[in-house]
Amino acid sequence: MTCQFCDAAATVTLTEIVNKHKRVLRLCDRCAKKKKLFADAPGAASPQVDVPALLSLFGAAGPAAPPETAALTCPDCGLQYGEFRATGRLGCPAEYDAFRPALEPLLARIHRADAHAGKTPRAVRAARRDDRLQELRRRMAAAARDEDYEEAARLRDAVRQEEAADEPG
Amino acid sequence: MNLDSLLPNLGEWLRGTGPESDVVVSTRIRLARNLAGFPFANRAAPAQKAETAAKARDALAKADLPYQLDYVDVPALSPLDRQFLVERQLVSRELATVLEGPRGVALDQKESVSVMVNEEDHLRLQVLRSGLALTEAWEDIDKLDDALEARLGYAFHDQFGFLTACPTNVGTGMRASVMLHLPALGLTKQIEKVFRALQKINLAVRGLHGEGSRAFGDLYQISNQVTLGKSEPKILSEIGEVIETILQYERQARNALLKERRQAEQDRVARAIGTLGSATMITSEETMELLSAVRLGIHQRLIEDLPATTVNQLFIHTQAAHLQKLMGQPLDGEERNAARAKYLKAKLRELGSTRP
Repeated sequence: MTCQFCDAAATVTLTEIVNKHKRVLRLCDRCAKKKKLFADAPGAASPQVDVPALLSLFGAAGPAAPPETAALTCPDCGLQYGEFRATGRLGCPAEYDAFRPALEPLLARIHRADAHAGKTPRAVRAARRDDRLQELRRRMAAAARDEDYEEAARLRDAVRQEEAADEPG
Repeated sequence: MNLDSLLPNLGEWLRGTGPESDVVVSTRIRLARNLAGFPFANRAAPAQKAETAAKARDALAKADLPYQLDYVDVPALSPLDRQFLVERQLVSRELATVLEGPRGVALDQKESVSVMVNEEDHLRLQVLRSGLALTEAWEDIDKLDDALEARLGYAFHDQFGFLTACPTNVGTGMRASVMLHLPALGLTKQIEKVFRALQKINLAVRGLHGEGSRAFGDLYQISNQVTLGKSEPKILSEIGEVIETILQYERQARNALLKERRQAEQDRVARAIGTLGSATMITSEETMELLSAVRLGIHQRLIEDLPATTVNQLFIHTQAAHLQKLMGQPLDGEERNAARAKYLKAKLRELGSTRP
């Protein structure tokens, strides 16, 4: 495989999949560096894909981002999507919702995934368990009211089981 | 905390022990975490940064952990001390020299655990271990993360996981890096093989120092690029598998070198020790190149009387800030090269190994 910008051996592959349409860019080390694809600080904790460079590489070669995304503004901190495009850094956690239509394709490009599959904080797991318990108790009360004692007993056992678990689910 | 107390120590990652330590120098895992309800550090006003730093410091001081974390206020440090922490891999160059405002780092005694405060993310947790120890490093950092989470509200999203200032870190917020010493793959020009193996599976490889495909000192860092859509253990096991392959390549290349040109290799190591022990001016790049040859020589059993730990000590002590601390005065480029040569000569004489 050779680099698409010069004839050196390609060592970096970028794959973009948008609406089942796949495009691949191949670059050699030097061109990837020249295009500043990797934030390059010697001794930095770890290499990291440079988001503005990634956006401009694909932006230059393919369809531009839908015009409405440029106007997106964060309701919490006022950051505009255009500013994020320029710096590659978000301003606050709220933008993951505010910029979602523009972020989802970007995340798919970077990670080839759209949802977290790892660790969940204990506080979040505890809150989720509280929600589940509340729902079980509500259904138990409804079953008792309807004199469906078999269902009520089953739900009571489910509540006890959930409460007995050491770790919130 | 007086940073000079760290000077004689080697720090966890340079102990030179641990699994597969003939090839694997160290394992590092870092987690990016942010506090809910605050802007990310790059958009926070100074007062907000002071508030996130205060919350972090409080949690770090009270966290239920088997070790103590001492907080170092980075703005209060001299430029030399900041560089010193960078060389020891305890803080990033950004935290040390680029960023402004309230920020710092909490460290444990062994320099195995560090937590940067107000870097790109509010918290950057890091665990360093000697050798290949992905599982152990994950267990350590998972516990540290739980202990801090018990006292801090993290920014977490049901779909996207842990939220970070840069979308390249979102999800697990985890970057695991393994530092490898690959001199034989460099010498036999097979390092491309490694790059190709990694490219297929979305891992990044880069030289620790220098540019181009052959890194100074033959030190390479392998790390995961993807942080979203996979669990932490899954990401770690993928890296672990690749490392196993690279270990095999490097060991095969080392065996081939011994078999095909033992005499030439012996000569290369002897010359490296000779230069290190007799130069009167030497740059840090040349020092790293030569130490790489010596390190390989030790593991190839071409030299008997030099422990691997010594090479690590020379490696860290000959870097700019360490050297200036050891000499007790600021030195410019030329002076540093002379001081470095003097230090190496003295150390090697002390060890009595200038005559291999």
